[in-house]
Amino acid sequence: MAAMALEAHVHTEDDGPVLELVGDVDGRAEEALGAAYTEAGEASAVMLDFQGVTYMNSTGIALIVGLLARARTNGQTLSVRGLTPHYREIFEITRLSDFMTIVDEEEGST
Amino acid sequence: MTAIAQTWRKVTGKGQAAEAVAAPAEATVETTTIETPAVEIAPNDPLVAFLQSAGGAVDVEALELESPGVTALREAGVALVVPLISGGELVGTLNLGPRLSDQQYSTDDKRLLDGLAAQAAPALQVAELVQKQAAEARSRERIEQELKVATLIQQNFLPRVLPDLPGWEVAAYYQPAREVGGDFYDLFELPDGQVAVIIGDVTDKGVPAAMVMAAARSLLRASGQRVISPGEVLERVNDLLCPDIPEKMFVTCLYLVVDPSTGYVRYANAGHNLPYARTADGSMELRAKGMPLGLLPGMKYEEHEAMMSPGDGLLLYSDGVTEAHGAEREMFGTPRLVDHVADPTSGDLIDGLLTQLQRFTGNDWEQEDDITLVTLTRTLGSGVQNGLVSGIDVRFTLPSETGNEREAMQRVLDAIAPLGLEERRVERLGTAVSEAAMNAIEHGNQGRAEIPVEVEVVTAGGELIVRIRDVGDGPQATEVESPDIEAKLAGLQKPRGWGLFLIKNMVDEIRVIDADGRHTVELVLQLEGGDGDGSNGA
Repeated sequence: MAAMALEAHVHTEDDGPVLELVGDVDGRAEEALGAAYTEAGEASAVMLDFQGVTYMNSTGIALIVGLLARARTNGQTLSVRGLTPHYREIFEITRLSDFMTIVDEEEGST
Repeated sequence: MTAIAQTWRKVTGKGQAAEAVAAPAEATVETTTIETPAVEIAPNDPLVAFLQSAGGAVDVEALELESPGVTALREAGVALVVPLISGGELVGTLNLGPRLSDQQYSTDDKRLLDGLAAQAAPALQVAELVQKQAAEARSRERIEQELKVATLIQQNFLPRVLPDLPGWEVAAYYQPAREVGGDFYDLFELPDGQVAVIIGDVTDKGVPAAMVMAAARSLLRASGQRVISPGEVLERVNDLLCPDIPEKMFVTCLYLVVDPSTGYVRYANAGHNLPYARTADGSMELRAKGMPLGLLPGMKYEEHEAMMSPGDGLLLYSDGVTEAHGAEREMFGTPRLVDHVADPTSGDLIDGLLTQLQRFTGNDWEQEDDITLVTLTRTLGSGVQNGLVSGIDVRFTLPSETGNEREAMQRVLDAIAPLGLEERRVERLGTAVSEAAMNAIEHGNQGRAEIPVEVEVVTAGGELIVRIRDVGDGPQATEVESPDIEAKLAGLQKPRGWGLFLIKNMVDEIRVIDADGRHTVELVLQLEGGDGDGSNGA
């Protein structure tokens, strides 16, 4: 579980842009995450793919909150997929899940 | 001496009772009619020197000497004084009133009396000596008896058996001085599984001190069973003791509550000597201030906390140790005791200290005051208990650099691998450790790499405990904040501030301890029947 600075790749699927996150969602991820989000543009729905996320901490949660705030300002919806049960729990207890859709593995991957 | 001289006078009076009026059958009544009151002559009265060199019976009437003694003799109606000289010393006088026949004492009378005095004086001296020795023996016996009673009370109120604490070694040493002082100690389990540890000292010695000690000890036990807070216990006992304690007596007392499963210690002090802990980093003083018990009602006692890690030992002691004098009259003193505690090579906390004390005082030392020592040592590897597979005791430190929280997390997870905990619980603990370590690095130690974050992973009392310790410089949130995502999204709260909230939700219990200038966050997972989402944890 070596620390790995986040890489965020943007690609587009049927439902809109997907931010594919690989590595650690922590304080060092701010720039990559922000840039990828900007790259995703003004689509009405943006998907965060956590499949490649190895670690997330409270600073990472704050970054997601930041993205969510931006999305709300832009009138976009934000969804997340590929969460492990542990990170899904964290999305739930922080109530991030009340403001973004958590897509389960089976239905999420296309 | 006058009392005995008077007896002699009775005898002489009786011998000349020819003209006495009382019935012969009532000899005692007869003698009292001619008795004169005892006359006290001060040792520095010139009359003493005069009688010593007079060489025989002296006519009081004819005395030209004026002194309080002479006046007293005249007022008592004494006509003739016969000095009782033994070994050149005046040991008493034979005081005679006027001759009943109205005649003066004749030369023959005086010669007879002088002869009698010469016989009586040495006998009187011997009798006085015997009486004095008998009185001394009685008083010695009384003191010995008192000592026995005091010792008995004392020993009946000291615990006969110390509680058996898994993962701990508890020891006590109590040696009363010849004149028993008021030292006491006590250890007992509290209803919640914690243990109260008490050491105290009553001013004064002997039976009164032992009685007050017995009262104090009973009050401490009773209050300790009802209230957990050490400060509150001392407050109650002080208020109960104040109305009844004899004037000028008071009780010093240190009261600790130890959680054997975690090593967490809460304590308060009523004027007793401060205890010292032997830790991996040397000695540590457990400071707390407070008035002794029994002086003033309504006192408050400040409460402090400390953390005992496996391997740490705590020494409680009475001033009989530190105030013991050496051959040159210098005191053993606290610094010597602290040095002993700090130096793990100086031997066992109790035995090593007694050896040093003996070396200091020498062999001829008569112990001046009670000596009481109580030690509590948290044994290494104290996790082997409660049917756990094996105990875990892993410690490490990390420089305070951002990113090292990942390292902390990984090493903790490696350490707990043998427990075979359910994956979800392991992940949760990982998140909690990482968050706590990040707080320690960024806040507690202010990101100063040279200050290490200390991490301990131990199992004890059915719990897995991860301690993360920093120097506690930054602002610390001891209460778990409750971040609100709606407020954050609305820009009313900063996006950050999830750390403690996360930790709280990831472990069974979080304990925050500020003691001795260090800030410790304890993350606790229950190992038996833990709430692992209903699934089988271990």
